[in-house]
Amino acid sequence: MNLATETRNDVVVIYVKEERLDAHNSTELKSAVQKLFEDGKKNVLVDLKDVRFIDSSGLGALVSGFKNAISHQGNLKLSSLQSQVKSMFELTRLHRVFEIFPSTMEAIENFQS
Amino acid sequence: MEGNTIEVDIKVPNKTRYLSLIGKIGEDIARELEKFSGDKDTLAYHLNLVLTEAMVNAIKHAGPKEPEKLVRIVITLHHEDLTIRVYDDGQGFDINSIPAPNFEELEDRGRGIFLIRTLMDSVCYRKSSTENILEMKKKLS
Repeated sequence: MNLATETRNDVVVIYVKEERLDAHNSTELKSAVQKLFEDGKKNVLVDLKDVRFIDSSGLGALVSGFKNAISHQGNLKLSSLQSQVKSMFELTRLHRVFEIFPSTMEAIENFQS
Repeated sequence: MEGNTIEVDIKVPNKTRYLSLIGKIGEDIARELEKFSGDKDTLAYHLNLVLTEAMVNAIKHAGPKEPEKLVRIVITLHHEDLTIRVYDDGQGFDINSIPAPNFEELEDRGRGIFLIRTLMDSVCYRKSSTENILEMKKKLS
């Protein structure tokens, strides 16, 4: 899976550089997020700008990351969701769980506010 | 076959790397619908999703009979009636025993069948002596 990571201030941003986040590749994202929290990172942003399609496994990987954040007293937020991807969060009520921001910058600013 | 019927009958190895291929077939079918009055992009996403979820389900339930098993998917469009059948040769499961997700509990899993049920008009899972069939129907009008 193609993931690009950068740290901006104290926020680790994971850019998912895939068109699909599904049962084929979502385990890798799940592991990458888990490792960040285990390594002591507190603020993780998953940016989904390039993701055109997400399935239940992709959603599950993000839920897993969210729970990991809570158990490590950290935060996991999401940014740059395409409209069809966002509608999957709404269908599964997960838009009530995640903090979702229109852009990477807005999410990063929110971590610092 | 009648002129107004499309049938796609495809077999792929039961590996998740083929999810994208199967999903794209669903998208292409959605975009080919001349008379569909709704949003084709949304329908394309939904067909991609139900095919993806159904194939993942088949992979999970596939039997151990051969190391390289195939998943068979048959998509039939007759006038406005879309039927998708996904075949596996595993143990099978009772689809009616699968609860809807508890939205108050944050589970990693358990949303696949819910999504299929939400996006299709009817869903059933039939067992025969040789295989199981997940059958999903939707009227496209």
